[in-house]
Amino acid sequence: MAERTQKQKQTPERADQVVEHAAPAVNESGEKLRAELDDLLDEIDEVLETNAEDFVKSYVQKGGQ
Amino acid sequence: MAIPKVCGIETEYGIVVRGGDNNPVSASSLLINAYVNATSRKIGWDFEDETPANDARGFNLDDIFPPEIETSLVNAVLPNGARYYVDHAHPEISTPEVTTAAEAVRWDRAADEIVRASMRYAAEVLKNGAELIVYKNNSDGKGNSYGCHENYLVNRETPFGRIVSHITPHFVTRQIFCGAGKVGCEQTGRQPGDVAYQLSQRADFFEEEVGLETTLKRPIVNTRDEPHCDPQKYRRLHVIVGDANMSEVATYLKIGTTSIVLAMIEDDQFSDEFLLGSPVPAIRQVSHDPSLQRAILLRDGRRATALEIQWGLLEKARKYEQTHGLMAVGEAVGADVLSRWEQVLSGLESDPDSVADWVDWVAKRRLVDGYRQRHGLAHDAAELKAIDLQYHDMRVDRCLALRVGLDTIVEPADAQWAMTNPPTTTRAYFRGRCLDKFPNEIVAANWDSLVFDIGSDPLKRVPMMEPLRGTAEHVANLIDESATASELLDRLGAQHP
Repeated sequence: MAERTQKQKQTPERADQVVEHAAPAVNESGEKLRAELDDLLDEIDEVLETNAEDFVKSYVQKGGQ
Repeated sequence: MAIPKVCGIETEYGIVVRGGDNNPVSASSLLINAYVNATSRKIGWDFEDETPANDARGFNLDDIFPPEIETSLVNAVLPNGARYYVDHAHPEISTPEVTTAAEAVRWDRAADEIVRASMRYAAEVLKNGAELIVYKNNSDGKGNSYGCHENYLVNRETPFGRIVSHITPHFVTRQIFCGAGKVGCEQTGRQPGDVAYQLSQRADFFEEEVGLETTLKRPIVNTRDEPHCDPQKYRRLHVIVGDANMSEVATYLKIGTTSIVLAMIEDDQFSDEFLLGSPVPAIRQVSHDPSLQRAILLRDGRRATALEIQWGLLEKARKYEQTHGLMAVGEAVGADVLSRWEQVLSGLESDPDSVADWVDWVAKRRLVDGYRQRHGLAHDAAELKAIDLQYHDMRVDRCLALRVGLDTIVEPADAQWAMTNPPTTTRAYFRGRCLDKFPNEIVAANWDSLVFDIGSDPLKRVPMMEPLRGTAEHVANLIDESATASELLDRLGAQHP
């Protein structure tokens, strides 16, 4: 398994052949995501349910499939 | 031989009413009725061909199981070819049948928008400030789970045992990119705090390797043999092991990779290299390990991580593309799935946070960890469980998944269009177009037939036993040129659509 993993990583020859949708530049988007996370954490309390404990306790569902 | 991977997604949503009657059955009925009454004439579902107790292993459990679906509950067919109904105290949408992962994501997004519209219509019906809220998740955090099922058309000639053997390693390990993430643990016999955070909403609830159950002792491979099409030629693999995804790319990869692996199984591409020693413990082990480092036991005694097994499956899929092509899953979409499959595995291997815009469990974990660190909270703090639930809140102004920067595939206008239009590539086209054009003449519909009432004659059932007939190519002109349902039936003649 380890050998297979190694081989796979060395030969990503088709990684650039994205057909329908542009692939994100993973590293650049990582930076962007970090900044967005900080912004979101700044404002999240305005979005979160006001009483987390009550909200979590009252979220009860019947089992389904 | 691999056949086209016609597929679809069924999602059971969580539902809550605040400040009013919180009975989930009546709330689900209200939600769906509000949508159906506001948008179309209600067409009933026809249960003639439902056989959920048939087992793929060759026996029938009708005498053991009560009827799975209560016929008195709301059950509507939509003009986009989907089914919208109450199932086990949850609102559920089954997307129309589609032919590619790209189409599946589009109609899954349409289902999301149908739910959001339903909440708005329900708000007009509810009184005294009551609010009805829907969640696209799979667990209440208290041991109750509800499903997001996938369905795939497979060749009846493929032995079922071969499907079970070779799809199981994928089902156990694909959660590293399509798990929706969960705070805590709900596995029977363990404490909620035993696991701070795990990859999957559903893994804790799987107790068997193979079986017919869907609500108790859930099996990794479900054996329900109810093809909703020609049973001599096809099976419908009913997959109950997955999470509902908020990330479009995660849904795309879940459907896309599974379709490819199933085509490879039909073409007998697998030997025993990925078979697992103990799939049930393994599915929890993988889910409970966000480090992705713990190896699981293979049947031959080796150990491999979920990532290594996924790399192995991808490598085989690449070879399969070269030797057989990807016609069964759509050539262009299949090639794109392989490319993204590689990207997501590379990202997970080097730094999972780098795929936070694709993978739900990563996106949710960053939010949970960021909040916990900022406020110095314990791992089992109520606030973190609240974030977990609210990641899946379908209200646009409350949904956290909509705020974490997830990459999208479907244009908003395309999702809107798919709320009222069927896919053009399957029999869902015939179903949807007929429902839209002749709502007063159709008295019942289900996956494999439509029943017309055109007045004086007896009711006429039009069977649709071939999922790839009744497409736009086959019947668009016929429907366009028929002014009445009677004319359409005459033109169809003795032929099936």
